[in-house]
Amino acid sequence: MSTLSLAVRDSSTMLRRNLLHARRYPSMTLNLLLTPVMLLLLFVYVFGDVMSAGIGGGGSDRAAYIAYVVPGILLMTIGGTVVGTAVSVSNDMAEGIIARFRTMAIHRGSVLVGHVVGSVLQSVLSVVLVGAVGVTIGFRATGAGVLEWLAAFGLIVLFATALTWIAVGMGLISPNAEAASNNALPMILLPLLSSAFVPVDAMPGWFQPVAEYQPFTPAIETLRGLLLGTGIGHNGWLAVAWSLGLTVLGYLWATSRFDRDPA
Amino acid sequence: MRVPVMLTSSRTDGAEPPAAVSATGLRKSYGDKLVLDGIDLRIPAGSIFALLGPNGAGKTTVVKILSTLVSPDPASGAIHIGGHDLAAEPQAVRGAIGVTGQFSAVDGLITGEENMLLMADLHHLSKREGKRVTAELLERFDLVEAAKKPASTYSGGMKRRLDIAMTLVGAPRIIFLDEPTTGLDPRSRHNMWQIIRELVTDGVTVFLTTQYLEEADELADRIAVLNDGRIAAEGTAEELKRLVPGGHVRLRFADPAAYRLAADALREATGDDYGLTLHIPSDGGQRELRSILDWLDSLDIEADELSVHTPDLDDVFFALTGGTGVPETSEETVR
Repeated sequence: MSTLSLAVRDSSTMLRRNLLHARRYPSMTLNLLLTPVMLLLLFVYVFGDVMSAGIGGGGSDRAAYIAYVVPGILLMTIGGTVVGTAVSVSNDMAEGIIARFRTMAIHRGSVLVGHVVGSVLQSVLSVVLVGAVGVTIGFRATGAGVLEWLAAFGLIVLFATALTWIAVGMGLISPNAEAASNNALPMILLPLLSSAFVPVDAMPGWFQPVAEYQPFTPAIETLRGLLLGTGIGHNGWLAVAWSLGLTVLGYLWATSRFDRDPA
Repeated sequence: MRVPVMLTSSRTDGAEPPAAVSATGLRKSYGDKLVLDGIDLRIPAGSIFALLGPNGAGKTTVVKILSTLVSPDPASGAIHIGGHDLAAEPQAVRGAIGVTGQFSAVDGLITGEENMLLMADLHHLSKREGKRVTAELLERFDLVEAAKKPASTYSGGMKRRLDIAMTLVGAPRIIFLDEPTTGLDPRSRHNMWQIIRELVTDGVTVFLTTQYLEEADELADRIAVLNDGRIAAEGTAEELKRLVPGGHVRLRFADPAAYRLAADALREATGDDYGLTLHIPSDGGQRELRSILDWLDSLDIEADELSVHTPDLDDVFFALTGGTGVPETSEETVR
């Protein structure tokens, strides 16, 4: 068997294993969905009037704020899902079965690839579920045609892949599940510090660079533009560049950690 | 009738069977802690080899290195497993071996059957072949009833059986078993021994580590005693036993007066005043036994119990590993 087909076959076996875990123990996936849904409802129904008044510069408009906040919440959902990835990778590495995999003549990277593909699928599913909640409370993708929908889907997959590889690295350096969940905290904090809830312009000047120079803001602005028809500008390229950069970085980091002798 | 000792040791004068595992000057240190200090191993194909040693002697490290899990220090000599160079062709080595580690290498979140099918997939068996092998091994290891339950709910013995069954899916020619019976109850232990014996009947080579002398004695063709990162001795169980003196006749008395009388009369015996037992150095031969009995009769001493002790691996173990515990005394304090 060629190296490539070996890699594909073993990776899909590992993917099946991870999906089996997720299916057998869905509580973790569902718990991670709770945070973005809660935040969505909180920001729309509790803070919504004040927030929209501040953003619009005029009167409060809840519908307008729903439109603003949902794309941010969707990408935040990915951040939350990959925290689960870091935890499950760290848990998995503590299992004897991983030592067994290392002594088998299988494609070396398949263990990690299985985690990554499984986690990206989970992210997409989570985004769909949270998106459904958004639609239920009144979100409408007014600016999106078929091309925009495809591009939005592509962005979500690309961004999820990037964050997942980084999260896998975080899981690999964590000695236990608690440490993994702490190490992966930036995945939840960064969207809070991005343009998800308020535009960067509305932030104090000294804080704007924090919001601007991080992956979530360009990704959120791009998704917002695709779904609502607002301007994307250079954010599209920035989002793609961040995603590709983080994917390469995360891949190199995670595989080199995994290739090291286990302790 | 030929003595089994001769059978095993006569093997060396014929043509040597090819080595399934060979290593020279195996070294490993973690930081400045030296774990393995130059170990040489040669294990003929189709035999059971036991690496015996106390906790922390480095047994698991040897298995981890030979099974490609961790790399040896660069100063180590060549390692060959199943004819493949471990440094140059680790994947070929992995294809030849099966490993059952000290800590259960099963996926606790999925069922026993799913664990088996996972192994079948990773060995690239066809769907049908995978199902067949899974059913066969679950049956053989008495796991059919538990097959649909998550492996995390299994008892220690069941997990160990599943672990070995998973190792066998790929039909490996060389199997590493790291303390396969640690933590098992006596019945499970004997089951495991039976399983290990069956493995070699198919020509498989078994490398096992154990801290139980009885286990090495029971199973292994050859035994190496690992102590402080070095091989302290290597040979068949019989050869190792010959290394140390320790055969004796044990006399136990119920009457303290009789014990005292015998102890006073017999200077070369070592006594245990508390347990009222005397140990007389002896090879346990008929002549020596008779002379002891005659001597007891002549003094009109009656011992309540007489038993012959040949040196066992305990004696060897304590002599080689410099342990301070003397088996005889521990036996007495238990009572």
